[in-house]
Amino acid sequence: MLKIGVPSKGRLMEKTFEWFGARGVAMRQTGAEREYSGAVEGIEDVELVMLSAGEIPRELAAGRIHLGVTGSDLVRDKLADWDVQVAELSPLGFGHADLIIAVPSCWIDVETVDDLDAAAAAFRATHGFRLRIATKYHRLVREFLTAQGVADYQLVDSQGATEGTVKNLTAEAIADITSSGETLRANHLKILSDSVILQSQAVLFASRSADWAQARAVLDSLAAKLRLTLPQI
Amino acid sequence: MTQPATKAVIRAEAERLFAAFQAAGAMPVEADVLLPAEVMLDLYGEDIRARAYVTQDPLRGEMMLRPDFTVPVVQAHMADGADPARYCYMGEVFRKQEHLGNRASAYLQVGFEVFDRAAPEAADAEVFALFAGLVSGLGLRAVTGDIGILMAAVRGLETTERRRAALLRHVWRPKRFRALLDRFAGRAAVSAGRVALLERLATGAADDLIAAAGAFIGLRAPEDIAARAQALIEDAQASPIKAPEAALLYDLLGLQAPAAAALGHLRGITPMLPAIAPAVDRFAARLEALKARGVAVDTLAFEASLGRTSMEYYDGFVFSFHANGMPAVATGGRYDALTARLGAGRSIPAVGGIIRPHLVAALKGAI
Repeated sequence: MLKIGVPSKGRLMEKTFEWFGARGVAMRQTGAEREYSGAVEGIEDVELVMLSAGEIPRELAAGRIHLGVTGSDLVRDKLADWDVQVAELSPLGFGHADLIIAVPSCWIDVETVDDLDAAAAAFRATHGFRLRIATKYHRLVREFLTAQGVADYQLVDSQGATEGTVKNLTAEAIADITSSGETLRANHLKILSDSVILQSQAVLFASRSADWAQARAVLDSLAAKLRLTLPQI
Repeated sequence: MTQPATKAVIRAEAERLFAAFQAAGAMPVEADVLLPAEVMLDLYGEDIRARAYVTQDPLRGEMMLRPDFTVPVVQAHMADGADPARYCYMGEVFRKQEHLGNRASAYLQVGFEVFDRAAPEAADAEVFALFAGLVSGLGLRAVTGDIGILMAAVRGLETTERRRAALLRHVWRPKRFRALLDRFAGRAAVSAGRVALLERLATGAADDLIAAAGAFIGLRAPEDIAARAQALIEDAQASPIKAPEAALLYDLLGLQAPAAAALGHLRGITPMLPAIAPAVDRFAARLEALKARGVAVDTLAFEASLGRTSMEYYDGFVFSFHANGMPAVATGGRYDALTARLGAGRSIPAVGGIIRPHLVAALKGAI
C-alpha cells in the first residue's frame, strides 16, 4: 500500500484532484461533504490521506506517508535540509506564490533589502527595540535576511491576516506569500524590489524515510501513469 | 544520544579542565539553564533563534535554554562582582542544529573569564596561554585575531560619520561590510533600485511624497522616514572614500600572517592610517605579554578578520584552537562593549573563553 497525502480542502485540494484526474488517477472525497476521507480510482493499492497542507511536510519527513502534495514554501520552511528528507517528483503547475518582504507604501525611503536594513538600524535607535517583521515562514525569512546581512530586526509570529499587522502596530513590515499583490496593496503595503525569498508552487514530494519495501512497485506503476521520471529516493 | 559511559569520560575531562581553571585562580560560578530570552534576543538578534532553543513559559514569557555562559556570567558580575575577578564554570549548553549530521545539540562547556581593568593585554595573554597549555599535545592549530584594529581603522576613515557608523554596525557581517565598503569606496556601481529611489526623492519634499504614497500606517513616524530620505540624498552627494585609504582597509581585511610579521606589517601601514596607532600599540603590548608567557609569536597565526561572525560581541583580541573535521575545540576573546551593554551604565574590560571537553576527549581517543 502506498499512502499519498493531499490537502484536505479548498482550491489546493480541487487542483490536486484535477491534476491527478487529468492523468487517469481519479481522487475524490468519500462520505459526507465535510468528512476528511478520500478514495483513489484508476490505480491499485493507493490510499488517500487527507491532511492540512501545513502538516504534509512533517508527515513526509516522519515517513508516515510515501507521497504528499504541498507547497514548496512549506517544505523548505518546515524541514531542515529538506532535500535530504524528501524528493521533488514533479511541480504541479498551480498554487503559484512568491514569498516576499513588504513594507508600508508610505516608506518612500525604502525600496530594497539594503534600505530595510538601514531603516531597521534607525528604528531600533529611535524606538528601543528591533524592527518587527511579521511572518509564519520563520526559517526561510531568517535564512534570507542572515544571508543578506540584515541586522536589528526581529521576527514576530503571524499565522494569518499578516497583511494587517502593520496597520495594527504589531509589526513594522511583513514577510508573506503573495500571488497578485492585491491584498498587499489593499493594506497599504509595497514589495521590496529585491526581496523574492522563494517562488513557490504546489509540488508532489516523495518521502525518503518512508518504508518503500511494499510501496515501491505501486510507485513505479503510478509514475508510469503520471509520466514521471523518478529521482533517486 | 550519548552513551552513559561516553558521558562519564567527557565529564571527567570537563572536571579536569574545570580544576585547572580553579587552580589558575578562578572562582567557580553557576548559571541558570533556563534564561529569559529577551536579553539574549536583544543582544544577538534573530540569529540566536536559529541556534538556541526558545520556549514559551505561561508566566515568564519566552525563555531560552542556555546557549552560552558568557551572558549570565557577565550579568552576575555586573550585578555584584568583585573587581578584578576571575570566574570559571562548567555545564551544559544547548545549540539547535539546523542541518542533519552529528553535531551535538547539548554538550558540556568549560569556561574561564577575567574581568580586570588594570592591564588588558596581560589578561589577554594570561587567558590565551592558559588555554594553550590545557589543549597542548592535541595537535591543535591556534589562530588569533584582533577586531579592535579593524574597528579603529573604520573609525579613522575619512568619510561621513554615517558611513563610519554603517561600517562599524556591520563589522561582524563580513559580506555586508564588504558590500558597503565597495559602495562607499566607489568600487561598486550604485544599484538601479537606489538610482530610481534617489530620482523619486528628488521630485519633491519628503512630506509631500509620503502624503502622495497613500494611507500612512505603521509605527515608523513620518519624521523618521523624512530623516532617512534626507540622509540618502546627502549620502549620494558624499565623495567616495579615497582609493589609497580604501586600499589599506581591503589590505587589513585580508591580512593573514604570523603574529610578529603581522605587527611589522601593521606598523608599516600605521603612518598612512594613523587612527589604528593605539590599537596597534595594544597588539604589540599583547605580543610582548604572550612572549613573556612563552608563546612563540613568530609562528602564532594571526588573521585580522578572525571572529567576525554573527554572534557579535568580541571587540578586541580573539583566539581559537582547531583540529580538522570538527568545530573549534576552544574559542575566546575580549568583549569590553558587552559588559557596557549588560552593565546598565557601568562597564569593565573582560576577556575569556571556553573549551569543549567532548572534543578534547575525542582527540585523546578516550571516546
